[in-house]
Order: sequence, then structure tokens, then C-alpha cells
Amino acid sequence: MYAYDELDRTLINERVSEFRDQVKRRLSGELTEDEFKMLRLQNGVYLQLHAYMFRVAIPYGTLSSKQLRRLAHIARRYDRGYGHFTTRQNIQFNWIKLAELPDALAELAEVGIHAMQTSGNNMRNVTSDQWAGVAPGEVEDPRIWSEILRQHTTLHPEFSFLPRKFKIAITASEHDRAAIKIHDIGLRLHKNADGETSFEVLVGGGLGRTPFIAKTIKPFVHGRDILNYVEAILRVYNQYGRRDNIYKARIKILVHELGIEKFAREVDEEWRQMGHSALTLDHSVIEEVRSRFSYPAYEKLPHMPDELKQAAHDPLFERWRKNSVAPHKVQGYSIVTLSLKPVGGPPGDATADQMDAIADLADKYSFGEIRVGHEQNLALPHVAKRDLPQLWKALDRLGLATPNVNLVTDIIACPGLDYCSLANARSIPIAQELTRRFANHDTADMIGRLHINISGCINACGHHHVGHIGILGVEKNGEEFYQITIGGRADENAQMGALIGPAVPYAEVADVVEDIVEAYLALRDRPEELFVDTVKRLGVEPFKERVYATR
Amino acid sequence: MTSPLEQKKIRITGPSVVTANRTWDGAVVYRTAQQGWSTALSDAAIVSTSDDARALLAESAADDVGAVGAYIAPVELKGGVVKPGNLREHIRSKGLTIDLLPA
Ligand code: HEM
Ligand code: SF4
Repeated sequence: MYAYDELDRTLINERVSEFRDQVKRRLSGELTEDEFKMLRLQNGVYLQLHAYMFRVAIPYGTLSSKQLRRLAHIARRYDRGYGHFTTRQNIQFNWIKLAELPDALAELAEVGIHAMQTSGNNMRNVTSDQWAGVAPGEVEDPRIWSEILRQHTTLHPEFSFLPRKFKIAITASEHDRAAIKIHDIGLRLHKNADGETSFEVLVGGGLGRTPFIAKTIKPFVHGRDILNYVEAILRVYNQYGRRDNIYKARIKILVHELGIEKFAREVDEEWRQMGHSALTLDHSVIEEVRSRFSYPAYEKLPHMPDELKQAAHDPLFERWRKNSVAPHKVQGYSIVTLSLKPVGGPPGDATADQMDAIADLADKYSFGEIRVGHEQNLALPHVAKRDLPQLWKALDRLGLATPNVNLVTDIIACPGLDYCSLANARSIPIAQELTRRFANHDTADMIGRLHINISGCINACGHHHVGHIGILGVEKNGEEFYQITIGGRADENAQMGALIGPAVPYAEVADVVEDIVEAYLALRDRPEELFVDTVKRLGVEPFKERVYATR
Repeated sequence: MTSPLEQKKIRITGPSVVTANRTWDGAVVYRTAQQGWSTALSDAAIVSTSDDARALLAESAADDVGAVGAYIAPVELKGGVVKPGNLREHIRSKGLTIDLLPA
């Protein structure tokens, strides 16, 4: 967990009173909507189809049980009893009343939660691996660096009025769970030959209308120089970024137009001019931030406790354990993913009751800590293996033990036309129908790792470009249609999917996905060959033939 | 808010209403013939010429304290009953097309 200092708390509280005053002036008519819009966006408040939507940051995806209980309370008291976890370690409430928002913000501030920089053209929530600090083989806890960047960029003038929003993600593991290649800046921690922390810096990733995979501009930037270097990137962006055209304003467009080599040269030149020392981090500063992250007092536990051996006879438990339980860096412990993708449910939603119950389970089994991942699932990061059978029973009763993590029904979907004012088409009902089609867990297991991503419009909030199967809602003559891509991926080998053919109507999407999956099952050369690998080996053609032969 | 320039360009092809979101809570509202807002589509003032639509929109947009983001939306009239004219408006008027809670 991270302990906020007095400065942070003061800042958060000041923001609440400032916003309370702004809302009051808006409701009295003193401020027009045009004047108010920027102010509300700075506090995470959007206007959606049916209501205001309120986006709250969960920095690097780490929550305490106390904070999660407060989120449950917000859902119950100010919303309709549920919240939606997003792909960027935020939670969104869909039905908040503007007049009550200042109270909700104040209640969140009491537990150190805020909504600063969750929208608008500024530096957004710096995201990280949801297994940070507990994943085996990790270089070091990437949240320390997320926090250093968060502190430096929060309300910093240079980062508050960027040409467009700006997103950074950090990972410290071989396997990228933070999707760094689709961020404006992606940082991968590694150790240099002298054992010192350094970063591989990637830049220019992003999805939306013009998708790009981030490219490496510097393989090694020393940890102490990271603020300098990020600042240099931002300065080049601020200088050249296209403020005249919203569609060309993201850094990915600049990187593309200048070319990665020229962009890298510009950044180096800027960095040189800044003098390498301006924002250089003192060892003591890094250690100060590090010391604010506390780790549980782990017990010395056996690798294979008796409780686990016994439970292994229960095939339902075993299925869940194999699917949702991952190794921990400390012997005798595991990381448990809580699927927010029940069959027939809206992906990423949790009810207030579920949040409260998860907070209780975190207290009982995970040292009071919960994590939020970009796949819209939660995790308990420190569960003793001996407790797994008990935890499983409790999660199962709550509908949080669907053994589908990373499988075909673990769908990432944006809110789509059910909530979003920008949408062309619905996303959630498509996801729900697909989870029903593949509800049989044996079938899902047999299919293996397969990520479906759905976005209701080209803004790509559901990351459809990098879905193994990507589904994008478009509009044709007032009807909902969907373009389908295959072969995308968001991990360390990130790439965009390829379109399989003309868009299909709402009613046919689930059939098409079933056809694609059946084609894969027939075409894979062995059961271990993953869907994405079959697509890579054979290309789009055989899938296209299968889907369109009968249409 | 719809700018005066955009408002000039407005052409409607069938019966329409003006809709927006109520400022204090964001709820979907419709402009009534009494220059107020109602959450019921059946209370909405219905216009059928582009001139009337522009006038209704201008009057609605001027009430920035009552509701935000006013725009013209198509409706269907069936046997004296007003229905939303497209899926987006159907969802705004009737609510989500999905079950809120996991099945
Ligand atoms: C319902 C309200 C929402 C609105 C109005 C909205 C709007 C947008 C817009 C306009 C963009 C494109 C920005 C650009 O390319 O410059 C965007 C990007 C994005 N949104 Fe949302 N969004 C919403 C909800 C969500 C949710 C629920 C999620 C997560 C599930 C999400 C995740 C993202 C992500 C990850 C991107 C970045 C995609 C990229 O790399 O370009 N958004 N959003
Ligand atoms: S992808 Fe489009 S429809 Fe989906 S949430 Fe983002 S803006 Fe809305």
C-alpha cells in the first residue's frame, strides 16, 4: 500500500472545496455550461446519454479495503448500486447527480481517493502492472516510478494543458500486463549491466482513429534521469504537437510524422539543453517514495500446504485454481484474480455489495489489499495458499469465481451505446451474448487463451485493435454494424488485428465469432497453438472464407 | 451547445423534439410547449418544420441553467403516441437495453 503525505491530502481537499464552489455557481447560473465544462472535466465528470458519469482514479491499480468500501458506499449512496472498472485503472459511476458530486468527492477525499486528471488534455492516471510488487521475477516494484511520475505531473502546468490527453504505463516484468505499447509513453524497467535500474522508453502508441504501436526511442535511461527524459519528450510534444486538429493532436501522430529517428534526436537535443541535472532524482528522493510503499509481513509458509492438496480432489476448485491463481514472489502465497466477467454480465461491473464483500475478503485473506487490472478484473495480491479453498468458496457465492480469466468470455468492452454519447453501437449486449454462447467452461478451456475486445466507436476505449478478436461498432444507415478484426494483441508482442471483411449487423456478431472460433479449432496444428498464433501462421484468409462463405 | 451558425443549417425531415440533459442531475429531458423541461417524451413539444425546430432549439438552448446540450431529435408518431425516432433516442428515453446486474 502507499501512504499519502500531508501535501497530497491538502491538495485533494482543496480541490473538493474548489469544485463545490464551481458546482454551486453552475447550478445558480453564474457559470454557463461552456464555462463549466473544462472545470468538470478536470474533476472526472463527463456528460453521458442518461446522466453525468464520474471517473475516479485508482493510481497504479492499488486499493485498500477501506478505499474499496468507500467506493461501494459511493455506488450505493450516490449511484445505482454499482460501478464500472475501466481498462486504465479507474472506476466509473454512471448515474451521479451533479448537485451531489461535491459530497461524493469529499467522501472519497477522506480515504485519499480523487478524480484529478481522469479526463481532459493532461497527464492521466499513470498505470502499472496490477501484479506490481508481487509478481515473481519482477525487476522491482514499478509503482514506485508510477508514483514519482504521478507526483511530478499532477497539476504541473506543463502537463495540464497539453495538446491532448497523455497516458503513461509502466511495467517491470517480462510479460507486459500494463499494455505499455499502446500508451503515449510506455516504460519498461530493467537492470543494466551494473545492476542499476533503468528504463526502456517507448513512445507514440495509442489506438483510436489512427492506431499505432509504440516504438522504442531509448533502450536505456537511468532511473535517476527518468523525469528529465519524460520532460524532454513532453517539451518536444508541446512544441510540435498539433493543437489545431483534435484528430492529429496525440503524440503518436507527431512521432509518425517526424519519424521515430528524428523524434528521438529532437528529444535527445532537448534533454541535452535541459542539462542532465535539472530534474535528476536524488537517491534519497527515490528511497523516500519507496519507503511509502508498505509490504505485508508475510509468514514462512510451505509451498504445498495440506489444505491445497485436499482441495485438489475437487475438480471445480482445481479448474478455478488453474485458471485464476498465479504464482507469487513469496513462497506459500499466490495472486488471485477475481473475474468481473460472469456469464451474461456486463464486463467490468461490480455491485456495491460485491465491493463490500471483496473488501472483507481482502481483510481476511490479502492483508487488506486489492488490485485493479487493465483487463477489467480485480485481484487479491497476497493470498496464502492454505486459504485458497476457503477463499474460492466465498468468491463463488459472490459470483466472483468464474474460471474464465484470459479465456474467450473474459471480454473487455467499453460502455458503448447503452451509456456513451459518442457511441455508434452497443458493446455490452454483444459481450453478454458472447458469454452465453461460450458459457460452457469445458469449451472455453479447450479453446484456450483468447481475448475478445469490443468498442462502440472508433475511440477504441475497449481496445478492439489489439483484441485477438476485435469488434468495432459502426453505423450504417441508422443501424448498428460491427467490423471484426483478428490477430491483434496487447502484450509485449503488441500488434493490430486485421479486418476480416465487411461489417456485419448486430444480430450476426455472435454467429461470426463462433464461426471464427470453430475455424480456429479446425485449423490449429495442436491444442497448445493459441488462436493468435494460428492467425499469425495462416493469415486472415481461411477465417474470412469460413465467415463469409455462407453470408 | 449548438452554435447559432449550426442552428441555421438545421433541416428536419419528420416530426422532431428538442432533448437535453437536466443540469442538476443529468437526467434526459424534453422541451415542452410550455417552455419547460419534462422527463416524459409524451410531454415534448413536437415540431414538424425546420423553422419551428430552429425556434424551439434556440429557445431551449437559451435555458442553460435548466438543461445542457440541447439538440433536435427525431420521433415517430404512431396512433397519437410519440416514440423515439432512432436507437440512440430509444436508449435515452427507455434506459439501458441490458440487465444491470450479472444474470
Ligand atoms: C463512457 C464514457 C467514455 C467516454 C466519453 C470516452 C471517450 C473517449 C475518447 C473520446 C477517447 C479517444 C481519445 C483520443 O484518441 O484522443 C477515449 C480513449 C480511451 N478510452 Fe474512453 N471513454 C469513455 C469510457 C471509457 C471506458 C469505460 C474505458 C475502459 C473500459 C475507456 C478507456 C479508454 C482508453 C484505454 C482509451 C485510449 C485508447 C487509445 O489509446 O486511443 N474509456 N475515450
Ligand atoms: S469506444 Fe466510443 S462508444 Fe465506447 S466508450 Fe469509448 S467513446 Fe464511448
